[in-house]
Amino acid sequence: MSARAIITETSVPRFPRGVRLKHDEVRSQWVILAPERMFALDDIAHAIIQEIDANRAVADIIDDLAEKFKAPRDQIRNDVLSMLQDFADKGVLDI
Amino acid sequence: MTTQPQPPLALLAELTHRCPLRCPYCSNPVELSRRGSELDTGAWLGVLDEAAALGVLQVHFSGGEPTARADFDEMVEHAENKRLYTNLITSGVLLDRTRLEGLAAKGLQHVQLSFQGASPETADRIGGYAGGHVKKLEVAAMVSEIGLPLTLNAVMCRENLHQLDDMIELAVQFGAQRLEVANVQYYGWGLLNRNALLPTREQLDRATATVEAARERLKGVLVIDYVVPDYYARRPKSCMGGWAQRFININPEGLVLPCHAAETIPGLEFERIGERSLADIWRDNQAFTRFRGTGWMAEPCVSCDRRELDWGGCRCQAMAVAGRADVTDPACELAPDHDKMLAIAEAEGTARISDYAYRQIGGPS
Repeated sequence: MSARAIITETSVPRFPRGVRLKHDEVRSQWVILAPERMFALDDIAHAIIQEIDANRAVADIIDDLAEKFKAPRDQIRNDVLSMLQDFADKGVLDI
Repeated sequence: MTTQPQPPLALLAELTHRCPLRCPYCSNPVELSRRGSELDTGAWLGVLDEAAALGVLQVHFSGGEPTARADFDEMVEHAENKRLYTNLITSGVLLDRTRLEGLAAKGLQHVQLSFQGASPETADRIGGYAGGHVKKLEVAAMVSEIGLPLTLNAVMCRENLHQLDDMIELAVQFGAQRLEVANVQYYGWGLLNRNALLPTREQLDRATATVEAARERLKGVLVIDYVVPDYYARRPKSCMGGWAQRFININPEGLVLPCHAAETIPGLEFERIGERSLADIWRDNQAFTRFRGTGWMAEPCVSCDRRELDWGGCRCQAMAVAGRADVTDPACELAPDHDKMLAIAEAEGTARISDYAYRQIGGPS
């Protein structure tokens, strides 16, 4: 990679090698494990992250979440794009 | 705080103190463990079982050089079976493609490869190992080709800080995801060699500016972690994320430690793997409870609004500089001994000492 990737609705996010989503049984929470870092996910973050399957585009993920949470698409869109961009900048998501 | 602590997030497994390199900044104890006293394979596999059950999520295999043990590969496989995230912290010089591919196949998740400089002359002089730098370049390329995530750990000191730009360039070249610009921390051999390693303030200010510019330029391409030397800090680091709160460290002989330098603090009573369960040791071993939380603190920590952010800084550094482990880390500008630390930095940073006491088993010569 030589330039910062910017997320759009057509991006298809996936976890790069060395990044793992795991349910932490001892603490009853979801975590992203990455090189020498880890991120505990709250319910909202997990709802978004668990949609990532290396196949679906961001637009589909937004549609699904808008329906699931009965929320305006624009609002979901902002949350999803900013969170995924943040994880991509941290190097734990390929977009 | 001392009755039911949160379980540890990560295990630092120091498999051996043996290492081909002789870096004078090594944070291992000056009195290094010998091969004959190392835990055997079965004991380490048991540690991994216990750690996973206790709530550990990541295992950092360290040393010494962990790949100096032929059974390291077996440990990686075992950790993966327990769904522990495995990280290899290595000098790289014992690795070849076959072994790296084997480790990747067994589930190794990440490699952190150390560099002692950006040129062979400088790096090999600091590492005390001829040919080391060139070998590391080969290993970095192999790790990338195999597709394992790579962090370069650039250990910076007075002699190599001027090569920081080139180090950043190396990291980009190798497609590393992360670069740790790690100014030497002064423990063990590093403390012994402090007067030859400490940078000047001017050097450090230049490095900070370099890192800030590179972070901006490489956002989304390379994550740069930056560890400043405490001797020029105004606030202490949150050492280990708080004593006995996140990390559990096991040394080559099986001593269970709150951090890798904890043995420098007198009065701590460590236990050994096998004597009691890891869970019991984590919960109530005296060395763990001694500085866990905020109960041990005095002023200025006890009334400080950052007491649960930096946890009073580093106990081992308080010991090394202030002569007591139960006082505020002198890196903090509010600490009574802060001036003393700054005076050390200013005196030793500008010292014209360039001879190192190289790390070796048996102590300095």
